[in-house]
Amino acid sequence: MSLLLIVLLPLLGSLLPLLSSNQRRHRCALLTAAMPFIALLVTLRETPGVLVGEVPRMAFSWVPALGLDLAFRLDGLSLLFVLLILGIGLLIILYARHYLSAADNMPRFYAYLMLFMTSMLGIVMADNLILLWMFWELTSLSSFLLIGFWSHQSAARKGARMALAVTGMGGLALLAGFILIGQIVGSFDMQTVLDSRDVILADPRYLPALLLVLLGAFTKSAQFPFQFWLPQAMAAPTPVSAFLHSATMVKAGVFLLARMHPALAGSQEWLYLVSLTGLVTMLFGAYFALIKLDLKTILAYSTVSHLGLITMLFGLNSQMAVVAGLFHILNHATFKAALFMTAGIVDHECGTRDIRKLKGLWRYMPMTTVLATITAASMAGFPLLNGFLSKEMMLAETLETPLLGGLAWLIPALATIGSILAAAYSLRYVRNTFFGGNRPRELEKTPHEAPFPLRLPVLVLAIMCIIIGLFPAFTATGLLTAAADASLTIPAPELHLSIWHGFNLPLLMSAIALTGGLIVYVLRQHLFTFHRQFPARDSLAIFEGAVQRLVGFTQWAIDTLENGSLQRYMLWVVISALVVSGMSLMGIEALKGELGVQEADPLLIVGAVITCFAGLATAFLHRRRLISLIMLSVVGLMASLIFARFSAPDLALTQLAVEVVTVILLMLALFFLPQKTPKESSASRIVRDVLLAAGFGGVVASLNYALLTRPLNSISDYFLEHSVSGGGGHNVVNVILVDFRGFDTLGEITVLCIAGIGIYKLLNRLRLFMPSSDSEGRPWSPDRYPMILASVSQSLLPMAFLVSVFIFLRGHNAPGGGFIAGLVTAVALILMYIAHGVEWAQQRLSFQYQPIAVAGVAIAALTGVGSWIFGYPFLTSAFGHFHIPLIGDVELATAMLFDLGVYLTVVGATLMILANLGKVTTSHRPSKQKEKA
Amino acid sequence: MEALFATTTGILAASGLYLALRGRTFPVVVGLTLLSYAVNLFLFSTGGLTTDGAAVISDSAGHYADPLPQALVLTAIVIGFAMTAFSVILAMRVRGDVGSDHVNGNRVDEPREDKS
Repeated sequence: MSLLLIVLLPLLGSLLPLLSSNQRRHRCALLTAAMPFIALLVTLRETPGVLVGEVPRMAFSWVPALGLDLAFRLDGLSLLFVLLILGIGLLIILYARHYLSAADNMPRFYAYLMLFMTSMLGIVMADNLILLWMFWELTSLSSFLLIGFWSHQSAARKGARMALAVTGMGGLALLAGFILIGQIVGSFDMQTVLDSRDVILADPRYLPALLLVLLGAFTKSAQFPFQFWLPQAMAAPTPVSAFLHSATMVKAGVFLLARMHPALAGSQEWLYLVSLTGLVTMLFGAYFALIKLDLKTILAYSTVSHLGLITMLFGLNSQMAVVAGLFHILNHATFKAALFMTAGIVDHECGTRDIRKLKGLWRYMPMTTVLATITAASMAGFPLLNGFLSKEMMLAETLETPLLGGLAWLIPALATIGSILAAAYSLRYVRNTFFGGNRPRELEKTPHEAPFPLRLPVLVLAIMCIIIGLFPAFTATGLLTAAADASLTIPAPELHLSIWHGFNLPLLMSAIALTGGLIVYVLRQHLFTFHRQFPARDSLAIFEGAVQRLVGFTQWAIDTLENGSLQRYMLWVVISALVVSGMSLMGIEALKGELGVQEADPLLIVGAVITCFAGLATAFLHRRRLISLIMLSVVGLMASLIFARFSAPDLALTQLAVEVVTVILLMLALFFLPQKTPKESSASRIVRDVLLAAGFGGVVASLNYALLTRPLNSISDYFLEHSVSGGGGHNVVNVILVDFRGFDTLGEITVLCIAGIGIYKLLNRLRLFMPSSDSEGRPWSPDRYPMILASVSQSLLPMAFLVSVFIFLRGHNAPGGGFIAGLVTAVALILMYIAHGVEWAQQRLSFQYQPIAVAGVAIAALTGVGSWIFGYPFLTSAFGHFHIPLIGDVELATAMLFDLGVYLTVVGATLMILANLGKVTTSHRPSKQKEKA
Repeated sequence: MEALFATTTGILAASGLYLALRGRTFPVVVGLTLLSYAVNLFLFSTGGLTTDGAAVISDSAGHYADPLPQALVLTAIVIGFAMTAFSVILAMRVRGDVGSDHVNGNRVDEPREDKS
């Protein structure tokens, strides 16, 4: 439980500062610090156990289907990082309190910082790969907020965007890598993965998984060639840089290397990829740290260099190298956080970070000078400080490596060169800023010593540098051994940390590094002259250029594909459909399947000819719209007959009723639309469309034929068998609709209802021209409502209602049901409108149709909900036989209630559409009619 | 019989598609309706072409038509109507608001019928 506290307390802490106002800064900082402080105490309580080898773990199942558990562990490796994150985090909170100016929104800053701290803690304590990845992405997001905190600055926005793009991309690669590992191992549980090195290394998917995981680690830890985002992220406020780029964010990458070391390391691929990348990064970063001019940029490149060093150590496939790497993580975090803070102090008090403008600051800020000198000396690897110890271990390890075989001497040689450069840039950082020359000129403000609270965190870290440097065995051994045990999953080699190991080769190399550093520093002007020969490369401009090109390309793609032309979209859709279905048709060996064909009778042939003729006529006569519409209705009626011919009476009835309403609808619409289509398609366009349509028709026909001549395994037998016993109805189609697949039907009537409401809204405030004559100039007939139709329809109405009630009631056991009954009712009512006009019908049918449709959907849904009351799943139906006097045995099923909902929805929606459209025809007319009368 | 049915479906689909590719709203709506007839016939035929199948369960019935495609097509017919209605009324609305019945929303010059 305490593990959960360690992660969740800082998360709670990200809300606390928001309770405080920006004015009450003390309270805000205290509120923020409280939660990580408690978390630190909880961690310290767990520490003694962890140091002797206990691994507290806890797990809740979270999303089992994804293998995602809310699982945390606190082994030695986690402990090292948790202590760093919380310890340095608390110092950063104190520092930021005095660093941020009154204009900065402090609660927001602290909230982001705490969110970041939570995600870091989540990474180092996660006991599940997917959970680790989740926190990993959370660090990318929260660091985006922190780097871009001064969002009014363009550099901050761009730097944050770049950091997010690079680390976010790496995060996705990491997810892919983790999923591969999870598939190899069969679990995302951390311990299972760490114990399965043999399985993972033997799997052919090892290399892609390794590459993807390394991509994630290298982007996060700014390894070459992804180092470019880190210097740009220096646009962040200094407390952010001191936290993210010394102890936490960039350390997540090397943490991942340490964490996955037991599972992935040990192969040649790992050896070469990781150690050589680290080596190159170390040299690359050190070189640029030496020539850059901005204090924070210098520190950023030196961070890149040190991260390269750590990466190289993890890559060497040696146990002692892992210990050295972990030790350097600890040391680098202490001195680099302190150095960033001194850079922040200089910036704060002098108004610039340009190393050319700064000199001789020791006169103004002696204390800061002392602290900066100590920490920079540690960075250079000066004896008696902690940086010296881990650097010497590193040099000793490079001597042992099997890397590069006969050329193995290159590795220690290059590592020494890296150390020479490190000594040189450390010296330059201190001497050019704090010493050298007289007083600084051209400063915006006169520098003075920073207030004590701003120096306090630096002081704490500098003292740590000295104490660890002087008493390594006493202070660091226990923690390091525990961390190394966890990172190696076998007992680590015995560790003898001490200042003095006697005269040996690593000591000589250290001495060479320090003297060499001094010489390089003295001769640095030559290096600068040399470097000026290269054209300056602005990584930000290159990155932004690449982003712009990407945006340009996607814009072009969108403009080309989505140009607003429906015809173009249809073309693409049809072509893709043709390609996909055509390909699969080509895949079958013969069009005709093994089923025998049935003989066609003459009646059928006549029907098919009529249908085809009407279909073709609809297309070819489309410019004369009325004729085209009549032909369409012929097709509809023929479809109805086809359904009847092939034993589907329900379909035939439905098709017939729908055909009637469709034609009425289209006729009404045609009244408002042009009667003829102008001729505008070019000949080539027509040829293209005819070819496309012919191809489409050919594919559809072939598919249909192939399907009809092949045997089919249908699930319908189940429905046929259980319709009477399970659904209580003999009409299987209706039972499927209202019972077996009732949920589908509920969805469909909902769509119908929504379409009706949508149409109602579309017709609202519709501005249309009311044609007074047809396209040839003949006025519409003044005899508006034929007398005979009016009388007949009125007498037909009760009959029609009777029929629809009959169809509805018998629907469960004979062809019929809610859909058909609803359509019959709707047609009967529409006939009233047609025969008597909207005015007349309006007076007699004074109710609104929208509530009817909605009520229908509601009844159907409530019927489904009703089964919950009896403890059954949604839409379970019940039925029974009841004896009613005079009428006899009647079967009642809850499905009937559901069907009533369907009925009402169909009536409501159909009338909502047609009656409302009909009203539009008269919106201008009633007054005229009255005038004439 | 199967070939005849398939050819009919194909011709209806081809005619519908040709209309759907036209530039004016009304032929497109008619084309979509025609296409939906073709699709309904196609879906219906997936259960096989049964002649003289019994429509309701009874002991005397010899064989049944596949009820599942029928149930699917029945709702498809009704939804198809809703779709046709929505698109044609959308077309009317567009003509009212944009002043053209071209599907791409082009304001093409068309003879304006007089307002009455």
